[in-house]
Amino acid sequence: MEFRGDASQRIAMISAHLQPSFTSQMEEKNSVMGRENCRGKGGKAGFKVAILGAAGGIGQSLSLLMKMNPLVSLLHLYDVVNAPGVTADVSHMDTGAVVRGFLGAKQLEDALTGMDLVIPAGVPRKPGMTRDDLFKINAGIVKTLCEAGTYDPKKLLGVTTLDVARANTFVAEVLGLDPREVDVPVVGGHAGVTILPLLSQVKPPSSFTPSETEYLTNRIQNGGTEVVEAKAGAGSATLSMAYAAAKFADACLRGLRGDANVVECSFVASQVTELPFFATKVRLGRTGAEEVYQLGPLNEYERVGPEKAKEELAGSIQKGVDFIRK
Amino acid sequence: MAATSAASSISIGSTVPRATSSSLPQSRAQAVNFNYSLPRFTALRSSTLLSGPESSSFAKSLRGSVTKSQSTSTKPYGLNINASYKVAVLGAAGGIGQPLSLLIKMSPLVSTLHLYDIANVKGVAADLSHCNTPSQVRDFTGPAELADCLKDVNVVVIPAGVPRKPGMTRDDLFNINAGIVKTLVEAVADNCPNAFIHIISNPVNSTVPIAAEVLKKKGVYDPKKLFGVTTLDVVRANTFVSQKKNLKLIDVDVPVIGGHAGITILPLLSKTKPSVSFTDEEIEKLTLRIQNAGTEVVDAKAGAGSATLSMAYAAARFVESSLRALDGDGDVYECSFVDSTLTDLPFFASRIKIGRNGVEAVIESDLQGLTEYEQKALEALKPELKASIEKGVAFANKPAN
Repeated sequence: MEFRGDASQRIAMISAHLQPSFTSQMEEKNSVMGRENCRGKGGKAGFKVAILGAAGGIGQSLSLLMKMNPLVSLLHLYDVVNAPGVTADVSHMDTGAVVRGFLGAKQLEDALTGMDLVIPAGVPRKPGMTRDDLFKINAGIVKTLCEAGTYDPKKLLGVTTLDVARANTFVAEVLGLDPREVDVPVVGGHAGVTILPLLSQVKPPSSFTPSETEYLTNRIQNGGTEVVEAKAGAGSATLSMAYAAAKFADACLRGLRGDANVVECSFVASQVTELPFFATKVRLGRTGAEEVYQLGPLNEYERVGPEKAKEELAGSIQKGVDFIRK
Repeated sequence: MAATSAASSISIGSTVPRATSSSLPQSRAQAVNFNYSLPRFTALRSSTLLSGPESSSFAKSLRGSVTKSQSTSTKPYGLNINASYKVAVLGAAGGIGQPLSLLIKMSPLVSTLHLYDIANVKGVAADLSHCNTPSQVRDFTGPAELADCLKDVNVVVIPAGVPRKPGMTRDDLFNINAGIVKTLVEAVADNCPNAFIHIISNPVNSTVPIAAEVLKKKGVYDPKKLFGVTTLDVVRANTFVSQKKNLKLIDVDVPVIGGHAGITILPLLSKTKPSVSFTDEEIEKLTLRIQNAGTEVVDAKAGAGSATLSMAYAAARFVESSLRALDGDGDVYECSFVDSTLTDLPFFASRIKIGRNGVEAVIESDLQGLTEYEQKALEALKPELKASIEKGVAFANKPAN
């Protein structure tokens, strides 16, 4: 897949309606296109969402869930194979969003034009692989998809919601509570020891014995591996990942809509630590991640975690940066 | 839309529904009529669980757009937060089974979700068990574990079987899927004879009669509890009609009767809500499109399968309706292929009212006041439907080999 040098220009045009600095240019040509009016074209209130990798394991279920979300008015499903099949399937559902399919690199640009929210996916793990083994493959995919000169750190969000979902589920099991009532902040990154559940900050406020803390932290960190092994070669988490991604996407849309107090954990450009990226709670609003929260009070066990995590995280971040700069 | 016509057109074994201000029974799941104040599940258009404990955008936007057009039934149904039903999915690792299991896992009405398949179901269960929703997931692999899977279950959903490839009709699947359904329903009869049984495996026109014969042989047949899932035809009809007539999807409801294959699918466009008029050409085109929508997806998938996501969506909607009915909701109407006296055929799909004990009423008015086109189509579908039903019955009564 090759992108020519004017790629950044094209991407800039595509996302122009999201950049305040561009609206003055746009307004001269077409006075109706103020930022507010760009939302939900076609007279329908709602957002435009693109799923890249829609025919894959996560992508299919994610497409199903996003098609069911009443905040979505337009759903673009893109993939390099099988997109027409998934599109035909999902388009039969009697919910409001209009569905369009896009197949192959040539149609990627059309898939992205005018989108409020873009969700990329990739290739899953097999047993024995770490997420890092996927790096070469998925990095190439994400690079192609996000090639741009218009990087806005508030709008680039790593989805770590599945770690939160797992944390809530496992903690609820231990506490004997309904998992919908449990909220565990999970910070750091999204792989192995970089996943840091802050059990001391759990809602409802609860305390754990050292062995519970150990058990829960390990289980949350290895939740992904648990599923890869249970699937014995047939893939990694797809359904729970689709569930978590849809949940996060919904939060982003509510933020875009202007709802107050939409707070989710996410891996973002951050000054909370000395690392350039770090997951913490963020408040989502009309311009993306508008507020990045600090870690909050940590207990002894939790103070150790971030130190270990930072080393590995720094390495992963550097690997990503190097890949692009090559 | 007079309330009185609703009361007189329903054929019932028990009480006549109290006169309500609602219009003719709606086929779609109508969870939105109810007032309750805690995190709620407002039908399959949304899930509050996706947005967590905060007030859900799904729920809000849904209530806002619907309450003006729907009226409540006499007694408001309050969602019982402690409602806890057991659902089993047989064929949970398949193309339909996986997304279907995800949607059921997200329902607050489910306390236990049993997933069964002949392979790969451990992985699916591990995956789903990480979603932070209240239901407990358990996996069961192979015939040896089927009995445990089914004990004490309230609703059994059967998507198991093979899907179509381009050029195949649903009937071409008969030989494989008939055997699968027979085996699974035998286990249902032995382990949870009082459960609602939802048959998705095609050809539904034959597999439902097969199921009935199996249950009869075991002496546990309850015709009120056996359902062929035709909800996807309704979903498709709603979508295509709303696209054609530029209507708001949430308002659209088209009843679909007959069966679940080709010309046996009969959308009653003349009975669409809201009232719209169609030209003859539109009726022709829409009817054909609805009848062949399944083939549309099989072709688009070019050998990679048939409808899975939209089928999961429709089936999950039907499961949810059944759970609400079990929970005491008195306002649940869906289309389904059931044991019926509506025509001279032993099974027929129409709108039905679902209650705690299964089919409470079959909506007779669906067959009254048909247009000429619909009347002709109805006569045309009967021979094919009859043949499919008889094929199923014959298969079930074959001596075992």
